[in-house]
Amino acid sequence: MYQAIVIGSSAGGLHAVKTVITGLPQTFQTPILIVQHLSPHSDNFMARYLNQLTHLQVKEADEKEPVRPGHVYIAPPNFHLLVEEDYSLSLSVEEKVNYARPSIDVLFETAAMAYGPRLIGLLLTGANNDGARGIESIKAAGGTTIAQDPKTAESPIMPLAAIATGKVDHTVPLEELADFLTKICVKP
Amino acid sequence: MYNNINEDNNLNLVQNIETEALLNAIYQRYGYDFRDYNKAHVKRRILHRVAHTGLKSISQLMHKVLHEDQFFDLILRDLSINVTEMYRDPSFYAVMRKEVIPILKTYPYLKVWHAGCATGEEVYSFAILLQEEGLYERTQLYATDFNPLVLDTAKKGIYPINRIKDYTTNYQMSGGINSFSDYYVARYDSVILDQSLKKNIVFAEHNLVTDSVFAETNLIICRNVLIYFNKELQNRVVKLFTDSLVKGGYLGLGSKENLMFTEVFDQYQVVDGKEKVYKKKVV
Repeated sequence: MYQAIVIGSSAGGLHAVKTVITGLPQTFQTPILIVQHLSPHSDNFMARYLNQLTHLQVKEADEKEPVRPGHVYIAPPNFHLLVEEDYSLSLSVEEKVNYARPSIDVLFETAAMAYGPRLIGLLLTGANNDGARGIESIKAAGGTTIAQDPKTAESPIMPLAAIATGKVDHTVPLEELADFLTKICVKP
Repeated sequence: MYNNINEDNNLNLVQNIETEALLNAIYQRYGYDFRDYNKAHVKRRILHRVAHTGLKSISQLMHKVLHEDQFFDLILRDLSINVTEMYRDPSFYAVMRKEVIPILKTYPYLKVWHAGCATGEEVYSFAILLQEEGLYERTQLYATDFNPLVLDTAKKGIYPINRIKDYTTNYQMSGGINSFSDYYVARYDSVILDQSLKKNIVFAEHNLVTDSVFAETNLIICRNVLIYFNKELQNRVVKLFTDSLVKGGYLGLGSKENLMFTEVFDQYQVVDGKEKVYKKKVV
């Protein structure tokens, strides 16, 4: 049984994240942690916007916050988001990683350490290589890795970079991702 | 498959044991205490240093840390966060100017403590603000950090010129009243901040984890430091701040830091909830 899903997205990500999150059923309990690359000066618009569109609780991540079922956490602009081994969240302002803060690799690597095989990593649309290394970490810890089918991505570079690592278990078109996650996370 | 996962879990367990041993070793050998830092951050930084150095394990890294002082300097840099900028979060300075400075003006003499000042950009930002508000001459600023290497940079007040465009924008957004170029001269790839800004700043090594209060202060600014600490250490540090602040003194934290879940919260009133500015109650 999976304990968490981490999602990374960049250019074109708002639409892709929205498509995945709003496609999940009300009964979906597995917590979701999201890094979306944003301008450092943006506010918590994304969390507020998504929260209006879904039954799940969407919020900007706070430091020391415990990861709870039925919740979706978005990394705050200009902070890295990390997962502690007691399944609480922490934030960091350290250097950008892959020119990004928040960085997908930072979330994926620390989530892999915390959740091991009980983690799903999903990499969506984007125009850079952030997240590829994180996908490798998740796979090395025994987790399950998914890339958005690059043909369905507004910007295919990021999912292609993940697939090129050879560590992606499933490549899934955008419109089918919500059903796919539901199938592997929710007990029948 | 099953065996692999077991091995992965074992590796994680071993790395946790090694990390704890390394932090104990650093504390005993060098006196820096990272044992109450958030683990995910520390472990990630250490594992990157292991990979970058071409080592096979944290245990191998521990050997180098214990036997090579210069190698430890690298680890110290890895584990301290030195990312900062002038007028980082301009809206914080705008609130300082609007809500806090008018009250500070009623004091004949002021002490301001920048705790965890890193390379000093935010201290100089505040020094400029104090000059513009006519408060600098009667203010003593303490700028402290546990890392002597970053303090050396802070003392120099010389920064790369390629950041100046961003700093100028930040300065204007923060409510600066002059031209930002009044405060520096450009030399080759660097800018040298105006010497008059340094006059009342004392740069000193101080470790929030292991040292205690050294002065009674009217304002403490400590931004994006507490987010690296576990709950116990956060409580220790905010108590230290509370002991240092005069009644009615102000505390400014980072935008994602919060007094609300600490043991001292009832001793403060909230001045600005978004910018995390607090005032120590008078009674």
